[in-house]
Amino acid sequence: MTAVHTAPAAGTPAAPAAEISDRGRAERRLGLLLSAPAVIVMLVVTAYPLVNALYLSLFSYRITAPDDRRFVGLANYGTALSDPLFWQDVLTTFVITFVTVAVELVIGFALAMVMHRAVFARRTVRTAILLPYGIVTVISAFAWKYAFDLQSGFVNSWFGLGDYAWFSGRWSSMTVIVLSEIWKTTPFVSLLLLAGLAQVPGDLGEAATVDGATAWQRLRRVTIPNMKAAILVAVLFRTLDAWRIFDNVFVMTSGQQKTETLSFLTYRQTITRTAIGLGDAVGVLLFLSVVLIAVVFIKGFRVDLAQARGERGGGEK
Amino acid sequence: METARSKWLWALASLLILVWTVFPILWIVMLSFKQPGEIGNQKGFLPHHWTWDNYRTVFKTDLFTAALVNSIGISLIATVIGVVFATLVAYAIARLEFPGKKAILSFALAIAMFPVVSLVGPLFDLWRDVGLYDTWPGLIIPYISFALPLAIWTLSAFFREIPWEMEQAAQVDGATTWQAFRKVIVPLAAPGVFTAAILTFFFCWNDFVFGISLTSSDRARVVPAALAFFTGASEFQQPTTAICAAAVVVTVPIVVIVLAFQRRIVAGLTSGAVKG
Repeated sequence: MTAVHTAPAAGTPAAPAAEISDRGRAERRLGLLLSAPAVIVMLVVTAYPLVNALYLSLFSYRITAPDDRRFVGLANYGTALSDPLFWQDVLTTFVITFVTVAVELVIGFALAMVMHRAVFARRTVRTAILLPYGIVTVISAFAWKYAFDLQSGFVNSWFGLGDYAWFSGRWSSMTVIVLSEIWKTTPFVSLLLLAGLAQVPGDLGEAATVDGATAWQRLRRVTIPNMKAAILVAVLFRTLDAWRIFDNVFVMTSGQQKTETLSFLTYRQTITRTAIGLGDAVGVLLFLSVVLIAVVFIKGFRVDLAQARGERGGGEK
Repeated sequence: METARSKWLWALASLLILVWTVFPILWIVMLSFKQPGEIGNQKGFLPHHWTWDNYRTVFKTDLFTAALVNSIGISLIATVIGVVFATLVAYAIARLEFPGKKAILSFALAIAMFPVVSLVGPLFDLWRDVGLYDTWPGLIIPYISFALPLAIWTLSAFFREIPWEMEQAAQVDGATTWQAFRKVIVPLAAPGVFTAAILTFFFCWNDFVFGISLTSSDRARVVPAALAFFTGASEFQQPTTAICAAAVVVTVPIVVIVLAFQRRIVAGLTSGAVKG
């Protein structure tokens, strides 16, 4: 802690400025040098491809016919945005994101409460919660798919649903996709909320109890307002994550039954159809939508990202 | 004040959580012990006739064994390099004063929010041009860059808490710089670095998008990608049970890591995100 804050700022107007700025300069150089490898790797994989995608999205270009490549301006964006399929995928992505995040927030909160309060088997519960977090998403997708599948599944016979074909309808397919997504990622939400719960001052709750508040009132008036920051961070991260959903859709439906999401559409255009220009345009639109969501959250709801980076000092309360 | 009744309620809730988290995993395990012929005929949770056949099939399938080697190799290499890079950055952020600290953290945050699929098309092109398509480095590089944000936050949150002045204290007591670093700082930093390594490894092990887009053969295809393309030992056999056997094989290391390092994973996941 101290090392960070006592380090001299550049250009301190004190007498031994020359000496300090010499040290300061060496420290700056070392700092940049140590950061360089990570920053370079992150740039190589994101900045160049993103610029490349922006550039190629202005062309009519298919890998299978490289000589036919020609500049078409924003035409690819026009094609994408005027295609009902694009908007259908937006709707699918939105529904999946909204339902997943809402349900995860509720279940995640319940899980966090149990982990916070349970005296019995606390360690076991925490360990169990981490299992879905560690499981490969594709495997979670297979587990849920096979559970509902007509050929292999037990769900229909357990619940007396007969031959109900879950994967032949749009909303029933999406239900299973959402279930797998929720199972896999709720642990992450619950751990963030658990950390938030730990920040709620315990005496406040006790004072409210003495004043005759019911459990529900305590939750609404004391607990939730005090962990607002944790909730917002969890919602932001999960929203962006769910918005990019791909693995579950790929394994369960391959985008059939109108369950295609924006990520899947991008993948299908660029990799499967090799329609690079159009695919990159969709990819850029996906990127812009992510930026938009992030900005809305950060500006609109004032999500404290300093907190997300663990920068907030301990002595502020 | 906990009454006996509310204690039981919390215990019941804990039990429900256990069932909810373990059930799908148990289901995959059950499927992996069913005979391929049971699929479509016997619909139940438990196998009618337990068999190890699926595991035999899976380990005789080159596609899977190659993918397993690829997954282990690629994930481990990416983890080691990623954690080394993240440690350097986190150390610089925690201990040194230099311009761009905030920018680096924000940039890492932006990367974590990035829609990976938007990059896959251009990377596919680029990798084919430079000969990285369908190779180990072709996956290791994207894995490192997308695992770095989580590792950087976790580690910089962790390093901030280390009492660095103990290093000077040791030097005053007569230790050399190297001794002070090795005997004082390394033991303090090791748990954080280890936690970051676990989280990075999980990230790489989980990847699917890069795995299916940037590979085309046994040379570099990783397990999740191989599973999605696996069609069975023969055309006439349902691949379901074999896929589940393969899934169990790649889940075992995860379960072992979670059981052994539960506390550290929880600390890592929450320290970077919300400071408790």
